[in-house]
Formats: sequence, C-alpha cells, structure tokens
Amino acid sequence: MNKTMKEDVSIVLSGEAGQGIQTIERLLTFILKREGYYVFATKEYMSRVRGGSNSTEIRVSSKPVKSYVDKIDILIPLTKSSVEHLGDRVNEDTLIIADNDSLKLENKNLFNVPILSIAKEIGNEIYANIVAVGVILGLFKINIKTIEEYLRERFGDKGEKIVSDNIKAASEGYKLGKDFSENGEIKIEISANETLKDDLLISGTDAVALGALAGNCDSIFSYPMTPGSGVLVDLANFSKNFDILVEQAEDEIAAINMAIGGWYAGARSMVTTSDGGFALMEEGLSLAGMIESPLVIHLAQRPAPATGLPTRTAQEGLNLVIHSGHGEFPRLVFAPGNLEQAFYLTQQAFNIADKYQIPVFILTDQFFVDSYYNVKKLDLSKIENKKYFVETGEDYKRYDLSKAENGVSPRGIPNFGKGLIIVDSDEHDEEGHLTEDLDIRIKMVEKRLQKYDALKDDFVSPEFFGNRNYKYLLVCWGSNYNVVKEAIENIDNKDLAMLHFSQVFPFPENAVEFLENAEKIIDVENNATGQFAKLIRAETGIKIDSKILKFNGMPFSVEELTAKIREELQ
Amino acid sequence: MSERKNIFSLENEKELDIAWCPGCGNFGILNILKKALEEMEEITPNNFVLVSGIGQAAKIPHYFKNNAFNGLHGRALPVAFAIKSTNPDLYVVAESGDGDMYGEGGNHFIHNIRRNVDITNIVHDNRVYGLTKGQASPTSQQGMVTPVQVNGVILNPFNPIAVAIANGATFVARAFVGDIQSTKEIIKKAIRHKGYSLIDLFQPCVTFNKINTYAWFNEHTYKLGEDYDPSDKMQALQMAFQEDKIPLGIIYEEKGKPTFEEQLTIYKQNKEPLFKRNIDVNKLEGFINSMR
Ligand SMILES: Cc1ncc(C[n+]2csc(CCOP(=O)(O)OP(=O)(O)O)c2C)c(N)n1
Ligand code: SF4
Repeated sequence: MNKTMKEDVSIVLSGEAGQGIQTIERLLTFILKREGYYVFATKEYMSRVRGGSNSTEIRVSSKPVKSYVDKIDILIPLTKSSVEHLGDRVNEDTLIIADNDSLKLENKNLFNVPILSIAKEIGNEIYANIVAVGVILGLFKINIKTIEEYLRERFGDKGEKIVSDNIKAASEGYKLGKDFSENGEIKIEISANETLKDDLLISGTDAVALGALAGNCDSIFSYPMTPGSGVLVDLANFSKNFDILVEQAEDEIAAINMAIGGWYAGARSMVTTSDGGFALMEEGLSLAGMIESPLVIHLAQRPAPATGLPTRTAQEGLNLVIHSGHGEFPRLVFAPGNLEQAFYLTQQAFNIADKYQIPVFILTDQFFVDSYYNVKKLDLSKIENKKYFVETGEDYKRYDLSKAENGVSPRGIPNFGKGLIIVDSDEHDEEGHLTEDLDIRIKMVEKRLQKYDALKDDFVSPEFFGNRNYKYLLVCWGSNYNVVKEAIENIDNKDLAMLHFSQVFPFPENAVEFLENAEKIIDVENNATGQFAKLIRAETGIKIDSKILKFNGMPFSVEELTAKIREELQ
Repeated sequence: MSERKNIFSLENEKELDIAWCPGCGNFGILNILKKALEEMEEITPNNFVLVSGIGQAAKIPHYFKNNAFNGLHGRALPVAFAIKSTNPDLYVVAESGDGDMYGEGGNHFIHNIRRNVDITNIVHDNRVYGLTKGQASPTSQQGMVTPVQVNGVILNPFNPIAVAIANGATFVARAFVGDIQSTKEIIKKAIRHKGYSLIDLFQPCVTFNKINTYAWFNEHTYKLGEDYDPSDKMQALQMAFQEDKIPLGIIYEEKGKPTFEEQLTIYKQNKEPLFKRNIDVNKLEGFINSMR
C-alpha cells in the first residue's frame, strides 16, 4: 500500500489514560512547530485516571490549522480497544501504525512496527510512546538533531541515562519512519516554513492564564473542577516567577467569597471553575453585584446538568452566567473564540471589572482550554493596566451618589487614604451601612443598573468574516470561531459569512445591523436549545431562522459543520 | 489612652437605631470590643476591618466606626482570610453568630483553622438562631424546644473548642459577655496572637433562648485559674469536653507556629500588600518568549 498525504495531515494517537499520550502530544507538536509546521492539537478523554480510551488529534499543515477534523490520516493505537473507540473515524483512508505483534489488529492499512520490542530492548516498555514519536518524525524526515535537542531540553533534569534512552528510543523509531517514507510507502508532503520556529504554542488554558497575568491578576482562589482547573494549575506554576497568591479553597462558595474579599482589600483576584462549580458561586456573584465589587470569573463549560460529562465539551453555561445571581445587577460576559482573543480579553477583564466595579466572565469550554496551536505573538506593547481605586479622604462614602459617573462611585480600599470602606450585602446607604429606607433602595438599584448604559457604549464588537454582500449569516460565539471559519473557507460561497461574538453580554448593539442584513441567519452552538439564538431574540427581537446544534459532548468537526452548512444553503 | 476614647464610635452613636432587643448580649460584646480596640494603640479605624456574615450578631460592624465588610450568611471567614492574606498590614476580625460560623459556615470554619491566617474569629454564641426567630443552632442544647425542633433538639451539640483544637488552631478561648474585664483581655490577646484565633463568646439571647440566660451562664461557667497552662494540648482538649461547669479563658495557645501569610513566597522578600504591586510587563514578555 502506498499513500501520499499533502499539505494537511491529521495524526491521532490513542490509548489508555496513563499511557503517556499527553507526553507524545507535547513532544510531537513542539518538535514539528520548531521545524516550521503549523500544528493544532486537541484531546478527548474519559473521566478516569487509568484505563479507558483517550485520544489526541494532531493536525500538521503548511497553513494555519485551528480546528478539529474527523478524518484520521495516520492512527497510532497503543491498545486494541482504542481503534474501536474511534469508530467511523477510522476508515479505508486511515493508515494504522501499530505494534501488531502485541495488538493483533486486522486492518489492510496496517504498518506493523515493533514499537514495544524496541522499547523493551532499550530497557523499558515505557519508551514505547517515544518510539512512536520517532516513527512519526521519521515520516516527516525531520532533522534528527532537532529531536535530540528537544529531548535534551525536556528530560535534561532527569539525568543523562534517561536522556540517552529517550534519544535512542526516538532514533530507532525515526529510522523506521524514514524508511517508510523513503521507500514510498507513506509519503507526507507538507512544506515547512523556517519562520514558524518562533511561534508560540499555547493552549486555551495558557491563553487565559497568561491574559490574567497580563491583566495584573495577583491572586486566584479556586476549587478544582475539570476543565476549569487548568488555569489554577497554570497560575500556580507562574507563581514561581511572579507575585501571585494561589489558594485552593475548601469549596467554590469559599473561592468566590475570597476573591471578593481580595478585591475589597485592593487585590486583583479571580476564580476559575466549571458550570457545576459556578452554580455554587451564584450567591457570591450576587454579593459582588450588591456591594459593587469587581470580580473576574473564568468558567470553562462542560456538558451538564449536574456532573454531566465531566471531561467533554459544551456551550451550555450561557444562560447560567447571564441569569445567575438573585436580583438585578450588571455583569459582562466574554466568550473568546481564539487564543489571541482569550489572552487580550482576559487581560481586559481585570480592567473592566475594576473600572465598572462589576463581575466579568471569561466563558470558555473544554474543547477551547484543551486545544492549542501556533500563535505568532502575544503583543504586550498594547497592554495597559489601570487600577481604578482611589486614595480616600475623611469624608469618603463608598456609594457616594453625587460622585457617581455612570453609576460608578469611586472605590476606596482599606488603609489607603483616610476614608472608611464599608460594604454590606444588605441594601445600603451611601456610606455602605445597611438601610431599609425604600427611597434609598430605588436610588441604589438605579445607580447599579446605570452601569449598563456605559457598558453598552464600551463593548467588544462581534467579528465579521466573509463576503460583505452575504445572504446567509452564520452566527456563533466562543470556541466555534475557528471551525465556522474553516467551514466557510471550505464552502467558498460568496453568499456566506460569519458573525462571531466574543462579547455575548451585554449584547453588542452594532450586531443588529449585521443580523438585519441577512436573508437567513444560521445559529451554530454546542447545546441542545440554542441558548444564544434565544438571547439574540430577547435582546433584539430578531428571530433566528435555523440552528445547527451539537450536544453529544464533542466539538464540531470541520467536515461535519461544512456538510451541515451546505444543507442549510440549499 | 484617653485621646483614643471613642475613636471607634460613630458620630451619630446616640441616635443609632440598633436592631437588637433590649438586654441582648450583643450590646455587651459591642462595648467590650470597642474598649479593647481603643486600648490597642496599634489599631486604628483605618487599618482595621470588621468582617461579618448574616444574623443579629453579624450586624455589629454597622455600630462601629471602622472598615467593614458585612457579607453573606456563613461566609465571613473566606472574606476575612482573603483580606488579610492579600493585605497583611490590616488587622482583621471576623464576627458572627454560632449559626453563621458553625452551621452555614462550618466548612470554612474547619479550613480556616487549618490555614492559620492571622485573623481573629469572634463567635457570638447564643446557642440559637436569633434573626430567624429562635430555631436551633449547632450549639443548642439537647432537649431545647423551638418552633422547628418542636419535641426538643435531638442532635449532639457542636463542640467548637474541641474542633478548633483538634484541627490545629493556635489560639482557642471561651468567654462570657457577663465578664467584661476578662473578655476584653481575651479579645486583645486574640488579636495580638499571630495566627488564627477563636473566641467562642457566650451571649444570652434574651428573646429566644430561655435556657441559656445570664443566670445560667453565671452558674455554669468558671474562670480558669492563674495556674492553668494553655500550652498543654491534651489538657486543653479535656477542658473542651467539660459540660457541667464550662471553663472560661484561653483554653489553648500555641506560640510561634507560622501563619499562612508568613509562609507565602510573595511576602518573603517584599512585605507590600498586593494592591501596591504591578506586573513587570518586560519580565512577562521574556517569560512568554521563553515558551517558544
Ligand atoms: C443563605 C442564607 N440562608 C439563610 C439565611 C437566613 N438567616 C439569616 S440569619 C440566620 C441565622 C443566624 O443565626 P446565628 O448565626 O446564630 O446569629 P444570631 O442571629 O443568633 O446572632 C439565618 C438562617 C440567610 N440570610 N442566608
Ligand atoms: S433575638 Fe436574641 S440575639 Fe437577637 S437581638 Fe434579640 S436577644 Fe439578641
């Protein structure tokens, strides 16, 4: 069997949790990126620490690739059941590279590579995954020096023996891969581009965590919950280099109250969680609303209700973040569509929260936080942070109505100036003392809601992509940015365009024009009820004509979405 | 001292419409805390934050002149913890009722003891829910009849002293508002203690708790003598289980255990509170570039 693959290859590695798939993913993507390829990687996994079937998809291309595809060009299964697990995605076009002496698969596209025995010869079965890495890199005919260099960097602190064993494992695999390539059995033709060497390779989690750092976040209080905890882990790691207070709270209720306490004392605090964890934080959100505390909440969505599918993806948390909290108070919700947006919007979130004294959400999802790809740069020259608290005078009043602009009274913090900072979860007077005076109540409600007006002027516009004279407008938000874009590129129809919302609430007013200009609006979302479509209806009165919804816990694949959109165009 | 008198009193103190029943133990606590603060030169209304939850007791910050955070039911401790750990220059006292701290806030109670953050936790222990009109609290006595526990409380009372000592609290005291002088001294020592300190402070609820009255507390408590050694943990635990005659005073004290914030690397070289710090963008740039 001979096969040539051009310009865009999808490689899937699959095995049990604990077999080192994560390690291979990291090694392959970093080495390939260094050699001048665009890479994209995303993983899907079961909620268990050992066993089961997990997989990672790595796309390698000569052009930027940022979304998930169903097709598998090359599959490297580490267990027999992992092939079955991938179902229809493995078909006659899929090449399988496996140690078939042990796996005993039956497939005509199989390349039997003694991955295990090579690993054993080197001294340990655990090197099997590194042998596999070598095979793939051999297919790409990567410079073997790059591989050695990288392995040295990566395992250097584990001692010379480990490094040399790893290098040996990789080179043995490399030889085999190169042979397949040279004898024409498997040919990969993707042009590399030297300049990509300096690209960043970061995940959605990294983008949010780095954005937080850039936004001067100095404290994170959280309780672990997949897939939100990655940001907690990242910031904990960053705390080795930067001044960040990291505390694992006893529960989400504590976490959000801590974050509010942090802001009260002048810090820039955040929480990171998932839908279920946020459900517990709801009362705290309402507290932030009442005392007009800034707050930044990262929420990585996963399928619900309740514990749902713990490790899968969804966009089911939109209604939750928009409607949560008892009472009426302003908030802002960002839903970044790509890694750059995640970085800049998270950075901005801290300043907006601070400026308007409101909670700001960064709404991502499992697919988003666990995916990564080449990013040219994160531009820090544009970073502007402003701390909005003021030095108080003796006559300071926390909720001063006369000094309020757009409902925002100057925020003081304890021991900075002569004023006293008094906040209360009860309705309160200008000083912050609780009151049951119903006239003051009206004034305070109006003051808080007034912020919406300013927020409406100061919003992040949706991003438009496609032909200006569109008839069909695809509407999406959050992580569907890249897949919708790639589908539009595939379809190449001048009547088609995309409107992606990275700020979903307050609903950006300038979106209305785009929506009104469409003959047909097609909503794309990862939930079963079209939450965003309903939001558009509620905010603008515009009815969405058609919905493409997916809610089985997996992200849209490019092929699937392309086909669904094509159906809509008929 | 005299010039510090009333610095924690609101200008309109006389006209304050205090929301407690006449005779309530909370008045005593208010006065004692105010005196204690006035006597502590290091504390001013500006560098002091009084954090509370919800309930009758939790209204106390409103009758003071100082920074105040009156948050949610049961959530005073997480807030107090974060204020102290992000801004260690502040003196932080978390105050609330027994329902608030031990019931709704039970989980936070346990874990903030473990954190040993340098805050003082004063629990107004009236052994009943006051604000919601007399239901049982975690410390209500067995057999106490309430509008909800109509046949009398059947649950074991919560033992805050034992729980605190068992979880490693470094300052655990019990006080009674009827004993003004001792309570004031205990409060001062608690605030000066480095680390988390608990004062379980008996406070009669004259409206809803007809069992644990002033007379009852007088009769069922005694002061620990001069010879009592609070550093003996096992003896302290024994004290925690004395029920017929309840000991008052500092039951357990351990000195020198590092506080939460002392152990944080962010304060090892730089003592400045977080609000004074800014990210070094150049350093961040270098850091991001190193990820290439
Ligand atoms: C989440 C929540 N649940 C319930 C209440 C109602 N609530 C207010 S005070 C209180 C009990 C207070 O009891 P305690 O802490 O003993 O204080 P006391 O009023 O006796 O001083 C309750 C249940 C509330 N405010 N918030
Ligand atoms: S109900 Fe009880 S605790 Fe509340 S004010 Fe009255 S006496 Fe005090």
